[in-house]
Amino acid sequence: MSIRAEHELHGRRKGRNVGVGLMLAGFVVLIMVMTFVKITETDFARAPGTANSAVGTTEIKN
Amino acid sequence: MTDITNTPAAEHEAQLGDYFALLKPRVMQLVVFTAVVGMLAAPASVHPVIGFASILFVAIGAGASGALNMWWDADIDAVMRRTAKRPIPAGKVQPGEALALGVALSGLSVMMLALSANLLAAGMLLFTILFYAVVYSMWLKRATPQNIVIGGAAGAFPPVIGWIIATGSFSVEAWLMFALIFMWTPPHFWALALFMRSDYDDAKVPMLTVTHGRPATRRHILAYTVLLAVLAVGTGFTAIGGYIYLSFAVVLNVLFLIGAYRIWQRDEEMSEEDNYKVERQFFRLSLYYLFLHFGAILIEATLRPYGLGGWS
Repeated sequence: MSIRAEHELHGRRKGRNVGVGLMLAGFVVLIMVMTFVKITETDFARAPGTANSAVGTTEIKN
Repeated sequence: MTDITNTPAAEHEAQLGDYFALLKPRVMQLVVFTAVVGMLAAPASVHPVIGFASILFVAIGAGASGALNMWWDADIDAVMRRTAKRPIPAGKVQPGEALALGVALSGLSVMMLALSANLLAAGMLLFTILFYAVVYSMWLKRATPQNIVIGGAAGAFPPVIGWIIATGSFSVEAWLMFALIFMWTPPHFWALALFMRSDYDDAKVPMLTVTHGRPATRRHILAYTVLLAVLAVGTGFTAIGGYIYLSFAVVLNVLFLIGAYRIWQRDEEMSEEDNYKVERQFFRLSLYYLFLHFGAILIEATLRPYGLGGWS
């Protein structure tokens, strides 16, 4: 039996590795977009402790 | 030089699709759909990116619990015809791999949901995963004929999680959607158990058909269907209901009640004669039943901003 450089097994492994790679890349992109949305959606002008504090924040009383 | 084709690892090397099959994609579809409906029916808006990411993490969490279930149930899956081709009994994935995947994805999904949505949603997802993997799979499934009844709660949590993603809190409407799936699960699975005759017997899973017999199972299907019909139609008069939902609910529940009544009227002799035709029809209808109820809730929620949905 001749030795081939590219066995069918390599093809299968490559397919699996490419799949995992694409999923990881997708995950990274999702985290980036999510972070961007979270940061841009936060109203920094209405920080906790100010008069119109955002819902869910605690108002600091002196 | 070693011939790599002769190693056992090479022969049984799993493909990406085998790992994906561990996540029970069909169950995942139901989880995604009901969680999306729960999120969109809630009286709060979610940024599309946050909504998409959150639902994705719920789906991954559901998949993780599926992998843990397949790891634990590999022995009975191998015996049952319906599950014999799953990745572990088929020899494509090692049990340890399924356990590792399940634990890793559980942790990832819960942490990521806490970041994308809120801690309450993440807590509910963790509770759901543990409920399905530990309470249902490891404890109830092999211990009591009520396994499907109580275990069905695990599949009923996604719309509640979807609602919490949007609002950050619980509400009656979210629990009504939970109750809809919770009450639907027993008749759905008991109908399956009636026509998948020997599967549960062979695996020694104490399904109602095995412990209490088939006539008792038929009575239980009818009783649960009556309760489900009251609940499903009653939901039509709440904040998530409306004319459209109620129309769907009335038609579907009349059909479901007729099916359950026909199952109750039959005995094994009649069922064997036509190869469980009525039971199979009821099972098929049950799939449309849940999809259309949640679809109707979604339509109501989509139309509400235009002043068309709901009772207003």
